Parts: sequence; C-alpha cells; structure tokens
Amino acid sequence: MIDLNLLIVIRTTLQVTGSALLISVGLGLLAGVYIALNDFPGRKVVVSIINTAMGLPPVVVGLLVLLFLWRGGPLGFLRLIYTTQAMIIAQVFLATPIIAGLTLAAIQQIPQKMKWQARALGARGGQLAWLLMREARYSLLAAVMAGFGGIISEVGAVMMVGGNIKGDTRVLTTAIVLESQKGNFEAAIVLGLVLLSLSFSINLGLTFIQQRKPGT
Amino acid sequence: MKVKVFRLVFLLLILLVTSSVAVDKTIILATTTSTVDSGLLDILLPVFEEQTGIKVKTIGVGSGLAMEMGRRGEADILLVHSPKDEEKFMGEGNGINRRAVMHNDFVLLGPADDPAGAKRAKSIGGAFKSIAAAGTVFVSRGDKSGTHAKELSIWPYAGSIISNQWYLESGQGMGATLLIADQKKAYTLADRATYLSFRDKIKLVIVYEGDKKLLNPYHVIEVNPDKHKGVNAAGAKAFADFITSDTTKKLIAGFGKEKFGSSIFFPDDD
Repeated sequence: MIDLNLLIVIRTTLQVTGSALLISVGLGLLAGVYIALNDFPGRKVVVSIINTAMGLPPVVVGLLVLLFLWRGGPLGFLRLIYTTQAMIIAQVFLATPIIAGLTLAAIQQIPQKMKWQARALGARGGQLAWLLMREARYSLLAAVMAGFGGIISEVGAVMMVGGNIKGDTRVLTTAIVLESQKGNFEAAIVLGLVLLSLSFSINLGLTFIQQRKPGT
Repeated sequence: MKVKVFRLVFLLLILLVTSSVAVDKTIILATTTSTVDSGLLDILLPVFEEQTGIKVKTIGVGSGLAMEMGRRGEADILLVHSPKDEEKFMGEGNGINRRAVMHNDFVLLGPADDPAGAKRAKSIGGAFKSIAAAGTVFVSRGDKSGTHAKELSIWPYAGSIISNQWYLESGQGMGATLLIADQKKAYTLADRATYLSFRDKIKLVIVYEGDKKLLNPYHVIEVNPDKHKGVNAAGAKAFADFITSDTTKKLIAGFGKEKFGSSIFFPDDD
C-alpha cells in the first residue's frame, strides 16, 4: 500500500483540501469581518444562516453540488462533475460557514472600546478590519483549523461529487471507505494513520504560528 | 488585504473553469461494483487509455444507478449486469449498441454448517425456500444493483414470503454486504468475482451454485447521443469496441488466474 498510488492519493488530498481551505479562508474571513463590523437589515437572519450552515450535513452539500454540476444540471456546461474542482467546491461550501461563523464571533468579542479607539485614531474600512483581525488572530487561526478539520476528514460529499476515481479524485477518506468495503482493513488502517498524521502535522504548523510570542 | 483576497479567489475561479476544457478526451463509465472491486478495470483501463489517449472516469455503482445515470445522460458508457433492466433501458431508446462482454455466475453463500440446509436443495429456488422456512438471516443488497435484481427474480421460485424478521437489506456494495453477511453468519447472494476476491477474508462458503438461473452476463451499452447532447459518443464507441475486442477478451480470460487459480470472468462473443 505504501507506493505510488498512496502518494498520488496524498497529493490529491492536499491539493483538494489546500485549495478549498485557501478559498474558504478568503471568503470566510471576509464575510465574518464584514458582518461583525456592519449593521444592515436582516443581519440577525444572516448570522443565523451562517451558524446553521456551520453544521451542514456533508452529504446534503454533496447532493446539491452533484445536482448542480451534473451534465443535465444548471452548471453542467462547466463539465466539472467527477473532478477535483467539484470536490473543492463542495468543501468550500462546508468550510466557509465554519470559518465565517467563528471569525464573526472572534471579531465581535473584541471589546467595543478598542474598536472606538481604532476608529478615533483614524482607522477605516480595510485598515480597521486588518487591525481587529490582528487582535483576534488566535481565534482566527482556531477558525482556520476548525475549517481545515471539517474538510480533510470529510468523506460523504467528496465521494459523491468526485466519484472516488483512482489516480484522479481519490482522496484519503474515500480510499479508506473503499479499502474497508473491500475488506482490506490493514490498508484502511494505514490510510487512516496517514490521514491522522497529515492532519496532525498541519495543525501543529498552524499552532506554532498561533502560539508565537507576541511582537514577533 | 481585501483586494488581495478578491484577486486570489478570482484567480482560483479562472483556474477552475480553464482546467476543465479538455473534455473530449474523457469518458464517464458507469459500472457495477463487481468490475471495480474485483480489480478487473485496474487491468483493462490503463491499456485502453494507452491505446486511445482517452481518460476513463469510472463510477462504481450498482447496475440500477448506472443505468439511471445513462438515462440522464450523466454517463457515456455503461458496463452492467442486469439483463431485464438493460432490455427496458434499450427499449426506451436510452442506449445503442448493447453488446455482450463477459459472464460469470452468482453463488449462494452461507455459514459452513448451513443451518437452513440450503446445500440439499435441488434448485436455487429451493435453496431460497429452505432459508425462508428456517428463518435464518439473509442479507440482501437492497440497492437496485444487478445482484439485487437477480436475487429478487429468484424469490418467486421459492414461493416464500419475505419477512423482515430474517431478511435484511444492507443498501451497500457487494463487498460491504459480504462482510455484513459474514459477521451475521447469514446467507447472501454474491457474484463469483467478488466472492473470490473476498474468500480469504470471510468464513462464508458456497452453499449453492450451478443453477442456470444464476448466470451473470455483463453487457456494454453506449448511451444514446441523440437523447443528450453532452454525451461523448466517439469516446463511448471506442471503449465499447475496445472491451469487446479479441485482445481484451484474452486479458479478461486471463484475469484472476494468478490470484485465484482460475478465471473469474469469461469473455462472451456477441
């Protein structure tokens, strides 16, 4: 099992989850900060939707993405079904609400006084957001880790929209499902350990960034 | 900061769209779990991809779902084993050029001590009847696969009423169902290819085999391109021609000899 195929599966996993995380971090931070700093009609409804979406069932997301991307679906002309791109899209839908929701909570938790102070000192728009994000960086990194954890361990949605195609859209989680269905439990366990160590090393890296001494 | 993020997202979106341009060189093959789980396609597909430069996206599902994908134009080519449903599929004009590829057979598996006495039956219907009479657990695929369709076609010959006291539906692929049946010391109907690949992992044995009704033929069907404009008809035809060619037949006949001591699929002439 430790062979070229395994390396391809690991690479696909990192590619898919990495791209999805990048996009989700961008969208999630943006949405979270915007909602935290602005008042607009229907804000409470939007916040409730985000909080609900933090617990979206992956198979439901997978099903919706599948129906949209299928050749006969509204976005079928893009020809994205059974590609890594389709998997990235599904994972973005799963991770973005998590990151947005936690970002929103983190920014709102910053004492109001500090926001007033920053505004009084002339911080506006992007500058203010950047300042507050720096202030909330521990929580924001926790948000990123939560988003990452949610998608690297996810199997239902990527199975549906990716198809678990060998050498193409097979990732660690779907490979584990396949190997256990085939009764190759040893291989499934090895894959599971690989997934755990991968997840651990990435979280370790993020934690190191998070726990850096202030001022560096 | 905001501008950077926007730029990044925009770039990634462009990447998403542009990287999916090379489509004519790809076909979607919807097939049964047995051709995937047995490893047959792992042998055949690289040869096909090498010969034609067409990349095959294999979606391993039950025959029922595979044909549903064909009906919706979501697949280009089908490799399935559910003859009655295939005839209906063809009758509705969903497919063209249905060709025989290969066959093997189904086997009835059960615990070695055979509590229902299915080994003594004279037909597969009789074997099913003894399971129902004894009320020993039977695990059905329950997923509209070819194996499930075959199983459902046999119950009428047993003349027994199915009761959920002993009849379970796994709703999963053949491999997963074998493992469940094994853990529950239950009876189940399996295709021989999957059974052979699992033989070392389960304690279930063949309790009935050889009835004509247990024949398991596989056909390749090209999805009708006149019904759905997105279908890659040329790619599908190339695959169907490939899998029914003489050289591929040799590969199919040779597959499994090393591992199981005998062929597990037997090529058919059309």
